[in-house]
Amino acid sequence: MKTFIEQLINGLSLGSIYALIALGYTMVYGIMKLINFAHGDIYMVGAFTGFFASTYLHLGFVPSLLLAMLVSLILGVTIERVAYRPLRDKSKISILITAIGVSLLLENGGIILLSPQVRTYPQIFKQHMYSFFNGIITISNQQIVIFVVSIIMMVGLQLIIYKTKMGKAMRAVSTDPDAAKLMGVNVDRTVSFTFAIGSALAAVAGVLVGIYYNSIDPLMGIMPGLKAFIAAVLGGIGIIPGAMVGGLLMGVIEALVSGYGSSLYRDGVSFAILIIILLIKPTGLFGKNVREKV
Amino acid sequence: MKQILKNRLLIFIGLFAIYGIIQILLSTSILNDYYEINIVLMGINIILAVSLNLINGFTGQFSLGHAGFMSIGAYTSAIITYKLGLPFPLALLVGGISAGITGILIGIPSLRLKGDYLAITTLGFGEIIRVIFLNTEYVGGASGLSGIPKYTNWTWVFWISVITVVLIRNFINSSYGRCCVAIREDETAAESMGINTTFYKTLAFTIGAFFAGIGGALYAHNFYIIQPETFNFMKSFDILTMVVLGGLGSITGSILSAIFLTFVYAVLQDYAALRMVIYSLLLIIVMLFRPEGLMGTREFSLKKLFKKGEKSNEFTLN
Repeated sequence: MKTFIEQLINGLSLGSIYALIALGYTMVYGIMKLINFAHGDIYMVGAFTGFFASTYLHLGFVPSLLLAMLVSLILGVTIERVAYRPLRDKSKISILITAIGVSLLLENGGIILLSPQVRTYPQIFKQHMYSFFNGIITISNQQIVIFVVSIIMMVGLQLIIYKTKMGKAMRAVSTDPDAAKLMGVNVDRTVSFTFAIGSALAAVAGVLVGIYYNSIDPLMGIMPGLKAFIAAVLGGIGIIPGAMVGGLLMGVIEALVSGYGSSLYRDGVSFAILIIILLIKPTGLFGKNVREKV
Repeated sequence: MKQILKNRLLIFIGLFAIYGIIQILLSTSILNDYYEINIVLMGINIILAVSLNLINGFTGQFSLGHAGFMSIGAYTSAIITYKLGLPFPLALLVGGISAGITGILIGIPSLRLKGDYLAITTLGFGEIIRVIFLNTEYVGGASGLSGIPKYTNWTWVFWISVITVVLIRNFINSSYGRCCVAIREDETAAESMGINTTFYKTLAFTIGAFFAGIGGALYAHNFYIIQPETFNFMKSFDILTMVVLGGLGSITGSILSAIFLTFVYAVLQDYAALRMVIYSLLLIIVMLFRPEGLMGTREFSLKKLFKKGEKSNEFTLN
């Protein structure tokens, strides 16, 4: 029982990080129908920015988080402008290949610029354990920070999407880009804005992972990126609450697999989840079936 | 008819000439072992690129799992020669067939999906295959199999890649291949014309996987050692780069870009990260300026070089 609760808490903290990355995937997919393979690497850039901000600039947690968000936001918007926008009306395979190219460029550019070595993240919060119910539930302050920050981000995102004009434009473009354009929505600006929010959220996830695992490297974005994508598919891609639930579920399943089985099977299990979901309910847990039109 | 026969004869003589010249250079040690490894690698990459092009370029099904099929071929063939001590040709055949069977098993469920979803599913299957090998003690787990006998040489690689190219080209020019191209152009329209899309997609996928398995078998018997890590999705991206650069839907394009990129790879061997940066920039730039790849769906042909101004059929090689 104790192990189960421990793994559950670990899984939820990992899951909220997946959820933050998955939100970016799901928003970009919803608006452009593109799997942004480079999203995991934007998360890596966010983690490194946070690392440099707190190690060399000696900034506190919140300023380095904001700086990481800013840098990733600029990067995300630049990638969209330079690599994806010219291909938007071309075939989908070419834009997907471009995304793979951008991802490889960021990873290997990162290796050249930052060296492939693993770096130790500075301890922004001194680890402290809190226990409740005679030690049945123990939770570290880092995990609390992860929960609090993720909840703030998710609530903020909901407010942006449902209460602002830009959010309305995003929903309009994701429903029907052509009709939105006719209604006077600036599609280019809306897509840029979507990339900006998604990338900023990925940066938050990067900084949180750095704090949680204490180590970052230029290739760290590959696996979490893929898993966050799986989380987005699990919840129903394009659906924002789906990405949150999917992320949390993925984190919990992974933690339980590594807690009770072998951590070597962890990656295999997440891909198996993806395949099962795609084969049984391709629209995801929250998705509705839409018939394809000719 | 006579013209076609004459062309075939010329190509045949040309192939023998290429084979002979390089064989002489290798056996007289003008080209040393380092060159031999890279020349063999070129051949293997041609097999991989052309077979992936059949799936991605000609049938329009975006697969990112080629490294997975390659690893099945590599491991099965290594078990046959190294663990069981059976002959190499059998190992090649069984390696290819087992990859082909895996192709059917993966293809039937996943080919119902399209585009991005198919890409990510095949990537997932490739990774699952890798995780399975990683956790199988019989094939050495994470440290892999080492001490595989070196059977792959220039003769094997050259003739197998020639056979691969000829078979895939003939497949594409057959009525089966035309159905595949029809599916690429418009799946719904192809289906409404009475083409059994599932059958043809699975067929192309299986043939591609079969040759990837043979490529993997050749790979295993060229490098003595195979590890699950060698066949991760970066390897699939490598092969994809060759296909895209050459042109989705051009066999000669795939051959040329496989040769070119293997050469770049050899030159930049000591700078792995730089090589990948160059690869990725190449990929992005080609996509931005020529989304259909350098050759598009055209084929390079000698006849066109000699007789200018004559319109050639875009599906014929000679």
